[in-house]
Amino acid sequence: MGLLSDPNRRRALISLLTRLNAPICVVCYMAGVAWFMGLAFEPFTLRTYMSENAMGSTMVEERFPAGERALGTGREFSAHKKKAGGMPVDWLVKTMQSRGLEVFTQRFSRRLPFPDEDKERYMVKGTNVYGILRAPRAPRTEALVLSAPCSPGDDNNQAVGVLLGLAQYFRNQVFWAKDIIFLVNEHDLIGMQAWLEGYHHTNTTGMDWSPLQGRGGSIQAALSLELSSDVVTSLDLVLEGLNGQLPNLDLANLFYAFCQKIGVLCTTQGKLQRNDWDSVSGYSHAVQTMMLMVMKQASGRPWGDHGLFLRYHIEAATIKGINSFRQYKTDATTIGRLLEGMYRKLNNLLERLHQSYFFYLMPSLSHFVSIGYYMPAFGLLALILLLRVSFQPRLLTTYLLTDGVPGVLSVLTPLVISHLTGVALYTLPIHFQEIAVEHFPVSETEAVVLTAIAVYTAGLALPHNTHRLLTGRGTENGWKVLKLVAVLYLAVLLGCTALINFSLGFILALTLVPVAAFVTPDVPKALSAFIMVILSPACTLLFSVFLFQELQEMPVSFLDGWMLYLSVISQGILDHALYGSLVYPLVALLVYPCWLLFWNILFWK
Amino acid sequence: MAAHRCSLSALLLIICSLLVFIVADSEKATLTGDHHATAVDNLQTVTETEEGAAAEEPAVEEERRWEETVVEEATADKEDTSAPETVVQSSVPQPKDDFQEELVIRPLHSGDIYASFQFRTLWETDFMRGNKVSHYRLFPKSLGQVISKFSVRELHISFTQGYWRTMQWGQPFLPSPPGAELWVWFQDSVTDVDGTWKELTNVLSGIFCASLNFIDSTNTVQPSASFKPLGIGNVTDHRFLRYATLPREIVCTENLTPWKKLLPCGSKAGLAVLLKSEKLFHSSFHSQAVHIRPVCQDWQCKTTSWELRQTLNVVFDLHTPGQGKLEWSLFKMFSRTLTEACPLASSSKIYIDITDDPQGEQFEVSPATHLLSQAMVLGDRRTFSVYDLTQQITFGTVRSLNLLIRWKSSEGDMLRPLLHAERYVAGYGLQTGEIHTLMYNNHPYRSFPVLLLDSVPWYLRLYIHTLTVTSKGKDNKPSYIHYQPSKDRVRPHLLEMLVQLPPNSVTEVTVQFERALLKWTEYTPDPNHGFYVGSSVISSLVPSIVAMDTNSTREQPLFSSFFPCKEESSYFMRVYTEPLLVNLPTPDFSMPYNVICLTCTVVAVGYGSLYNLLTRSFQIEEPSPGLAKRIANIIRKMRGVPPL
Repeated sequence: MGLLSDPNRRRALISLLTRLNAPICVVCYMAGVAWFMGLAFEPFTLRTYMSENAMGSTMVEERFPAGERALGTGREFSAHKKKAGGMPVDWLVKTMQSRGLEVFTQRFSRRLPFPDEDKERYMVKGTNVYGILRAPRAPRTEALVLSAPCSPGDDNNQAVGVLLGLAQYFRNQVFWAKDIIFLVNEHDLIGMQAWLEGYHHTNTTGMDWSPLQGRGGSIQAALSLELSSDVVTSLDLVLEGLNGQLPNLDLANLFYAFCQKIGVLCTTQGKLQRNDWDSVSGYSHAVQTMMLMVMKQASGRPWGDHGLFLRYHIEAATIKGINSFRQYKTDATTIGRLLEGMYRKLNNLLERLHQSYFFYLMPSLSHFVSIGYYMPAFGLLALILLLRVSFQPRLLTTYLLTDGVPGVLSVLTPLVISHLTGVALYTLPIHFQEIAVEHFPVSETEAVVLTAIAVYTAGLALPHNTHRLLTGRGTENGWKVLKLVAVLYLAVLLGCTALINFSLGFILALTLVPVAAFVTPDVPKALSAFIMVILSPACTLLFSVFLFQELQEMPVSFLDGWMLYLSVISQGILDHALYGSLVYPLVALLVYPCWLLFWNILFWK
Repeated sequence: MAAHRCSLSALLLIICSLLVFIVADSEKATLTGDHHATAVDNLQTVTETEEGAAAEEPAVEEERRWEETVVEEATADKEDTSAPETVVQSSVPQPKDDFQEELVIRPLHSGDIYASFQFRTLWETDFMRGNKVSHYRLFPKSLGQVISKFSVRELHISFTQGYWRTMQWGQPFLPSPPGAELWVWFQDSVTDVDGTWKELTNVLSGIFCASLNFIDSTNTVQPSASFKPLGIGNVTDHRFLRYATLPREIVCTENLTPWKKLLPCGSKAGLAVLLKSEKLFHSSFHSQAVHIRPVCQDWQCKTTSWELRQTLNVVFDLHTPGQGKLEWSLFKMFSRTLTEACPLASSSKIYIDITDDPQGEQFEVSPATHLLSQAMVLGDRRTFSVYDLTQQITFGTVRSLNLLIRWKSSEGDMLRPLLHAERYVAGYGLQTGEIHTLMYNNHPYRSFPVLLLDSVPWYLRLYIHTLTVTSKGKDNKPSYIHYQPSKDRVRPHLLEMLVQLPPNSVTEVTVQFERALLKWTEYTPDPNHGFYVGSSVISSLVPSIVAMDTNSTREQPLFSSFFPCKEESSYFMRVYTEPLLVNLPTPDFSMPYNVICLTCTVVAVGYGSLYNLLTRSFQIEEPSPGLAKRIANIIRKMRGVPPL
């Protein structure tokens, strides 16, 4: 900083920055991307380790014996499910009671804002059944949750079987210090949302549910189990929750430690970890795994039933059994033992899981990238915005002095108009679905999605140059001030987003920062407009859909991709309405208007 | 001379005991037949359950006297065979004290089994008079000294591990909240109540090996209505009452041992041999308590005596899946059998609750007993089998009593107790929250009032204007509210309300709170565990189940069944809710070092130089003049011409 005290050097520095502004920005951008890609390189990452002492040194023995019987119970459950045509509530209540649990039920109903075509539901009515295993001599202050969704069809019956088997086994053990809640939730996430809202007596999404009768105090941790076949080859750990929240890393460590101990193949993002980090394929494997995590986190939706727990500061993860027809098989007993071990260790917890990281990325289950390592990648991108903030220190004051009130108006008008467009994008799709269905041959869901796209496109065509009507002409300084405001706006917006949900912030920064950096009214209009549209949030989402499919090794044709894109938009809107996901309002109310400001600058006259 | 007196008194004693023996014998002769004995027992238990009830039937009086004389005879016999010194001792006017022990075993609805020990020591003495009481026989000296030193009028202390599951187990005989609870009424002669209370908690902490010394002004309250004295006396000025709970207190062997030492027989004889910690703490619920209060000596209540009641309640988990009949024995429960009563006890009995099945279809108790007893317990008429340990015949030929119970349980479905309550914290995030207290009145047609006591630590700042009481969707206005706001770091919130619970309803009391940010030294060593809020206390007079029974299917005389109200139309009940575990905003305690480093760096490098840049005015410094110019300037100065 002594550098800056010297006026001569300061001047030199500023002139360097202004002269080499564009190359520095390009270098920063490249460095940011390179840094991000480097995160997946194993020597740069840290091995995971258990931070929580209460779970680390204590050895527990896993003795769960009754896997076969659990599968039998699962089959019984499936038979009763078929008979009842949904959740076999009475049977579950009776079965849980016979296993010595305190059993309660909760009814809930929810009308979706528009029909969900993926899961074919509109009016949702269901019942959650849960049994509480009371810990002896515990005062009902702490609880752990094990849940299994009761999904339609033949899915997930084994998970319920294992859950009931574990309940029976746990009931006969004496070492429990926390109540254990065994929950079977209907209509997966909607049921889970109803149960959690009932448990915490909140109502964030306007759902109807009957109040819960039994509770176990503050929930310390939760696991959700999804199994769809009697034998699985590997277990997949899903961490990404609502709004990109992640559980404490120790929960992932716990899972990994027990998989290692018992000898179960474990994956994250459906990808096994590989040892050949020094080969190109090994590295690209790690990159794929990490990119998948980034995409999932950026989507802001809960990727399993656990995702909704995170809002309540309950560490939770979903364990999915995957049968990929490998040679190596794992039976239900082993899965039961794994869960037993995990619950015994969670039972030993003296405090909530808090020792390890809450912000991390995982290029494999055994390695992680902490916030301190990945933030510089975003920081390098955000630096560009700061560099592009004009170095004319008195721009704003001179502008205000020379142009006065009309000048302010000419900047204010585009701001207001773009935000109004954003509000329209946020509100119109759901409110206009009925009118759209009446006038066009489309279903409700299509109506919502197409309205959203229509509003989005209409926003591009809006008369942004209204300032000319007010002041007669756009001043030279006018667009500069507008750009200054827009760049600062974007910097703050992206900075805040990246702090909460790094992945979303980073992806948005990757596409929006170049736009923000280079757009002026002087660049060639047609080409720039094309580039800007390509880099707009909607197109980013489209590319992300394709990239996601590619990363999952399930490439799709363009038409399928487009259909997928439409369903992703509808799911995003539904997630917001059902679970309070914030990505859709963030994009509609803030990111899109911000992008419109740059669009405005491009067409400044 | 002394020897003469000695022999004289010995003679007197022998004559006396002989006389007693004869009288007793004649009495015995008159009391033949089992039937009569049962009736006596019935009456006696009734009187026992209605303590403090003034009216007792003369017959009962007589029987009790009979029983006492038998005991005296036994002791006299013993003393006869012992050395003459003890004879001298016994001629001194007997300390009027009395010790009784009993154990109630109740198989619970859920299939668990509930064992409740009660040990009662009565002593007709006055601790408060000027003369110091120095001779102790049955009453523990440590507690006697506490009573006289701190002028305690009534003392109730309980240590509980676990939460009483009302929905499965019904009502306990003596409710207690999880953790430790202490409430004390001081004599009105005490001037500095707070100081005495502080000292008393520290002394009790030593006596019971518990962390009662953590009781200070931040968790002590003075309830205005919920805790009335249970003994005699009419001072109800709540300035002399102190109430505190420690919900986090963990109860274990180290609390049990000093508790057992207070018993006259220790754990050497009598029912107390069953109290083995390895079994007692292998249970679903464990609660031990000490209650001291003044009671009437007789029905005329001319003199008072002190009652020390030690209780221990334990619930054993009997879960054996896939088995219709449950089997339980004393040996299985306590890993001991009984061989004798405590020799110092005037009565030593085991009661087994067989109400659910008096015909013996579901229940099987062995060895069988023909002694039955009925009592009103918590508004319900219960039938008990009684085993009197003071009679040798109880122990049979093997000289050891191992009660065996087999019964069928109807596991699963829950009870609907007339009054129960639950409490939880609603909301998410670390800024605000809401405490919900639900009180259920399951009575089909009668409403009754309850007193709700809430004591909330200061670090949950209650927004008392958000207090709502609703039942059946309607606002339910409490007829009495006593609220004492908290003072940060000094005293907790105290909220007492008298609420009428409508029949068959749930009444919900909600109040919002804000979580305070503590000073960093005020956090516990495990701040991420959360902070405890003690149970709220619900005290009520609940309409009794017997009075509720209006259907006339049961065979009873017509003249007795017209007016539904029976002699015991309601009974007192106290219900404790579960304690709460609340997370407060917690700093990351590994951070200070990082924060110090970061702050220092930011201040030194970042802020310092920025401040420098902003405040310093920069000027271009003129290059220093050359040597020639300087010399020229000196010359010019000497000449008085302005310099170059």
